[in-house]
Amino acid sequence: MHEMGIALEVIKIAIASIPLDMKGARVAQVNLKVGKLSAVVPDSLRFCFDVAGKDTALAGAELIIEEIPVRIRCRDCQTEWRVETPAFRCRECNSGSVEIVSGRELDIRSIEIEENGI
Amino acid sequence: MIFLPGFKILACHHRGHGSHHHPHHGGGGGVVEKQAERREIDVGRRVLDANDQMAEANRRLFADQKVFVLNVMSSPGSGKTTTLVETIGRLQTLGIQCAVVVGDICTRNDADRLAATGVPAVQINTDQFGGDCHLTAQGILKALDDIDLDRVDLLIVENVGNLVCPAEFDIGENARVVVLSVTEGEDKPLKYPLMFRQCDVALLNKTDLLPYLDFDATTAVANIHKVHSDIPVWPLSAKTGDGFEPWIEWIRTMVQH
Repeated sequence: MHEMGIALEVIKIAIASIPLDMKGARVAQVNLKVGKLSAVVPDSLRFCFDVAGKDTALAGAELIIEEIPVRIRCRDCQTEWRVETPAFRCRECNSGSVEIVSGRELDIRSIEIEENGI
Repeated sequence: MIFLPGFKILACHHRGHGSHHHPHHGGGGGVVEKQAERREIDVGRRVLDANDQMAEANRRLFADQKVFVLNVMSSPGSGKTTTLVETIGRLQTLGIQCAVVVGDICTRNDADRLAATGVPAVQINTDQFGGDCHLTAQGILKALDDIDLDRVDLLIVENVGNLVCPAEFDIGENARVVVLSVTEGEDKPLKYPLMFRQCDVALLNKTDLLPYLDFDATTAVANIHKVHSDIPVWPLSAKTGDGFEPWIEWIRTMVQH
């Protein structure tokens, strides 16, 4: 529901990441990591990114979203596993003392800038 | 920085269904190919970095001012405001100075109801910022202009009614509370796991309605514990005042620390 706000932040960070010696360059692609447990819908984020990127250095850029699965580790028996359903209890020893290893990501990994064969 | 090897792309910008550009050979209605190189620049930043940093600044400010901050979240209509009106009344008799920041897309109805308890209550309407479905760290900082923190022990933030987005936005709080009411489904914690996972306390509200509903409180509590095994769940009724004691006692202990 807040994908527009997320898209605006992505665009802001991407523009700030363009190196000084490439001022005015066009960003062709933004590589994002989105955990399955983050409150973001990839399709909706892509749509907002396209709309909000118009008239910026990201106009027409592609947003590549790598979805990261939710992985949990048991603090008691160290079992680590991938969860598909929201049950945060150890499947081996039934302990509720678990930590989320991955799945909360909402990170910009990198941007790709076109260097137009000058 | 990584330099990717040069590869051919279409000179005109062509967005296909695939996620990558492909070399295109002939027959393409006058498409001209040229060499281009892509340079990949590592960024490695959280998208919500700006909000997270501001939330940390808020947290430091609250620590300096010795103010304990609660972020109260739920779906719309769970009874957050009624619960807080009852809560504030009880805390006042214990001598705990409260203030409230309340977020809604529109209207200042909730702030008016909370201000009737006699505590400072600031309304944030997110429609000025595009109808955001959550409060942000910056919004909270702005609301503090209207609150004298020297006279506050406990700042309660009543977030926008929504079980999805507020879970993602740190506002600099010390503890998070989720309110679930018995007029909602027992499976809400499984449908919105992040919210129940992120919170420190769960209140099960409107217990006065249990005799009239098919709601199975045992299943609801079990579902909360599936997502967050050691979270305390306190059933209460904001309407009758039943069941408030453990919740009030918890706040009293947290504020004293």
